[in-house]
Formats: sequence, structure tokens, C-alpha cells
Amino acid sequence: MTMPISKKIIFYILLIISALVVFAPTLMAFVMSFMSNKDIMTGSLPTSLSFDNYVKAFGQFPLLKYLFNSLIVSIVIMLGQLILSSLAAYAFVFLEFKGRDVLFYVFIATMMVPFEASIIPNFHIIRDLGWIDTYQGLSIPFFALAFGTFLLRQNFKQIPKELREASQIAGMGDFKFYLSVVLPISRTSLLTLGVYGFLTSWNMYLWPLLATTNDNVRTVQIGLKQLQTQEQLNDWGVIMAGAIIVVIPTLILLFLGQNKLQKGLTEGALK
Amino acid sequence: MSVNNVAIQETPMTQIDFEKVKKKQRTISFFKGMLFLLPSIILFSVFLFYPLVRTIYLSFFLTNAAGETTVFIGWQNYVNLFTSPIFLQSIKSTFLFVLYTVPITIIISLFLAMIANEKLKGIGFFRTVYSSTMGISVAAASVFWLYLFHPSIGLLNMVLKAIGADGIGWLTDPNWALFAVSITTIWMNLGFTFLILLGGLQSIDSYLYESADIDGAGYFYKVRRITIPMLSPTLFFVVTVTIINAFQTFGQIDILTQGGPVNSTNLVVYSIYREAFMNYKFGSASAQAVLLFIIILIMTFLQFKFGERKVHYQ
Repeated sequence: MTMPISKKIIFYILLIISALVVFAPTLMAFVMSFMSNKDIMTGSLPTSLSFDNYVKAFGQFPLLKYLFNSLIVSIVIMLGQLILSSLAAYAFVFLEFKGRDVLFYVFIATMMVPFEASIIPNFHIIRDLGWIDTYQGLSIPFFALAFGTFLLRQNFKQIPKELREASQIAGMGDFKFYLSVVLPISRTSLLTLGVYGFLTSWNMYLWPLLATTNDNVRTVQIGLKQLQTQEQLNDWGVIMAGAIIVVIPTLILLFLGQNKLQKGLTEGALK
Repeated sequence: MSVNNVAIQETPMTQIDFEKVKKKQRTISFFKGMLFLLPSIILFSVFLFYPLVRTIYLSFFLTNAAGETTVFIGWQNYVNLFTSPIFLQSIKSTFLFVLYTVPITIIISLFLAMIANEKLKGIGFFRTVYSSTMGISVAAASVFWLYLFHPSIGLLNMVLKAIGADGIGWLTDPNWALFAVSITTIWMNLGFTFLILLGGLQSIDSYLYESADIDGAGYFYKVRRITIPMLSPTLFFVVTVTIINAFQTFGQIDILTQGGPVNSTNLVVYSIYREAFMNYKFGSASAQAVLLFIIILIMTFLQFKFGERKVHYQ
């Protein structure tokens, strides 16, 4: 059924206005990151655009180090979540053993515990392990993920049971079946979960704030806070340049994986 | 079963062996299952269940600056909290914050999802733009809005002054600060909520709309009679998640207001952070954490209870 022209125009107007409003803060930050401080202070439109703010941001702050730290931590968390979630999901779908259902409810129960509510003992655990200012302290607490387990379990359930039976007759063990059959079949879901894990880890704030005390392992989000609080001259161009650097990797990832992410999140949430 | 019966009829010996083998197999499959689940179970135990129990334990004690318990004081931490004007203010602010952010986030996202669900040319571009705030971290979003709210050079006050109005102390006026933090949060949440709602809209069967079209139903009639009812499970999920997220708000507060002015934006997680890691009162902070846990538990429980018809985990 085709839409009448008048209705189409109304929708396009709504779409464009909404897009401008939603995207305005990001666009503004992007433009500001190329503006001179004088233009920003006087509130004029940009008279000249340059990369000066980026040069300054990288020059005055160890931004590259922060970016590298964030990259390492996010990738490690992502891989950890993929491995642990897929192993657990495999057990819930393909293995039958006593206590499986109880354990499944234990996994559900973990979703009811907000990390913020257990942050104090977690901080003490990391401190007592000597993991403050280490990559493992920033990543390992987030490896086990009930949401990821459910998402993959949903996907694994669609793999025909006959496939497992056939592989059993061929003498294939569970771990081999998991590695060589289940994981390759489910690569789309694994990718979705990977994107989700990377996004959430990259954007993490409270835990890196607590678990890092120096620039060696500090992530880029906390680096941005440092940039904002230490920038004495109120140099908003430099601060925005820093913020743009922080959001570019996740925005690109989001634009590439948006469709899959939407499908995956809806499935994990509602099925 | 039939195999069992046959075994009984033939010889009792094979029956026993059969049982033995079965038992052994059960043990093996149990260990195999545990092997696959062990990594998750260990990490959940160390970083989730133990800390939760420990938090409850700490909430009954006074602690030293290192976090070791010193004096058992029973319910005193809780009693103190409920008689402390600062904590009561924090609870009040948190609930106000939920009230400000949740309905508006849902309404705007639903509107965006509905206009982005039309089959129009270039719709993919608009979907990407609307979901974009999901890719923007709390630190970056807060920095964007920190500038927008800046009293003298911020864009919002510049616009206000340009139209002849007085500038607003967005982050310095106790009457406005919570509101300003709420605007930031709504904007940040739009992307995620939009994506989920769009997914919900797309899963509504199109024949419903087609048959409504045949009956000559108008746009808003279809929204009221088809879209909203069919979307209700998704809406319910999104409401719960947004409420839970609102209770967990931290980053915006840390960058925009640090809980001020006069504690008007001292939301519960920020209050926990301040009590534990600035004042080193881990007992009192733990009591607050326990209350936060209970609130979230109730929210999750409601989600499972009322959303259960559509939430199939088994």
C-alpha cells in the first residue's frame, strides 16, 4: 500500500526535525572541536576551522595511552563474555544433568543484583588481590554475563538436536561439537553479543573510576573526566575534541552493527 | 522404559549393571555440565554473590577506613539513614529523577520509533541517527551537556538571552539542577529505548494493519487499537529497564553536579559512592546499597511477574 504524497511529506518533516534535535548535541560537539576558543567564548559561528584542538588534546593528555587501555579492556571483556556465555549456554541447551534447572534460576537471579549495590566489597576484593590499576581488575569482574548466556541459549536452541545425535554417533565429544559446530553456526549471535559487550565496556564509568589511580591503565572515559576537570582555561574546544575521540569508535561500531544489535537485544529481552 | 522392562524379564544381573552404567553416566554428564558452567559460576560467586552477602553483612557494622568491620551495631545504620535529612533528600531526589526521566524517555522514543517504522526512502539514515546516542558514553554525553548548561557561554543560556529571557543557573540552581540532569539522561537513553521499541514495532504482524486499512481506519485509530496493545510487552520491558537504569545513575552526576547544589542531585548511587569512597563510612554506604538492591529486586520481580506471559525463558 503506497502512502499519499501529503502524508509522506508530513512524515519526512517529522523525521528531519527529530533527527536535528536528537543529533544536535553531538553535531555541536563535533563542530566545536574544530573551533577556536575565541569563537566559542563569544558564541559566534565558526570563523575558522582547524585541528588545533585535537593536537592540543593529544599533546597535553596521554589520550593515546587512554585509548589503548580502553581498547585492551573492552576487547578482553568482550572475549571473556563471549567465551563464558557460550560455554554456559551450551550446557543449558545440549547437556542434561541434575541441577541444571536450579542453576538456570541462579543465572536469572544474577540479573537482579545491580553491580552498583555490590561495588563496595568488589572494590575490596580487587584491592586485596592487588588488582587495582591492572587490566585484570578492570575486566575480569565482568566476564560472567547472564544476559549473554540467555541470548546465546536462545540461538543454540535453534540448532537441530539431530545434529548433536549424529555427531555423537560419529564419536564427537561435547567440547569438539561446541567448537566446530555450535560456535560457527551461531557466529551472527556471537557477533551481536560481541558488539554489545564492546560498547558497554568501552562506555563503563563507575568501575574504572574506582579501580584506577594512575594513567598507566586509566580508560578513556576517566581520561575525559580528567581532561574536563583539569582544563584550567575552560578550553571547550579541546574538551570537545577529547569527547569526540572517545565516542568515534563506539559510534562507528554502532552504525555498522545497528541492525544486528537491535534484533539481538530485542530477542534477548523478549523471547 | 521399555528397555528397562525387557531387562527385568531376562536376567536381574543386567538390570543391576544397567543401573550402574546409568548412574555412572549421570555422574559424568553432571561433571561435564559443571565444567561448561564452572567459569561463570566461579565469577558470579566471587564478584556477585559473595559481594552481595558481604554488603548485607557490612551494613550491620561500623568500619575503619580500610573497610574492616569494627563494631557490630545491628540496625543502627538503617535507623541513621532514615533519620538523616541528607539520605531522605537523596531518596526523594532519586524518585523525582525516575519520575522526570522514565515517562518522557518512553514517550519520545515511542514517537521516534513510530515515525522511523514507516516504509520510506532513506529511513535507515534516520534510524541510525535516532539510535546514535546509544553509542555515546556517559562521560562524553555529560561533557556535551556540561557545555550546553554553562551559565555564561553555554548554548542554552545564549539562546535564552538572545530572545530576551534571563539565563538559568541550570546546574547551580537547586530548583533546576535535577531537571538539567534529567534532560541529559533522557537524551542519553533515547538511543537504546528507541532501538528496542523499533524492534517491537517491526515484529507486529503487518496483516493487522492491512485489514485495518481495508476497513478504512485512520492513522491514530490504528495506533490506539493495534500498535499500543501489540507493543505492550515491549513497552513494559522498556519501562522496567529504564526505571532500573534511572536508579543506577552515576556518571552524569559525577561530571555535571557532584551531587550538588545543596544535595539536590545526590542520587542514591552517588550517595553510596560518596559515603563509601569519600567519607570511608562503608557500613552506612552498605546499608544504602542494600536498600538500592531491594528497590531493584522489586522492579525486576514486577517485570517477571507481570511481563511473564511474554517473557519466555524456558
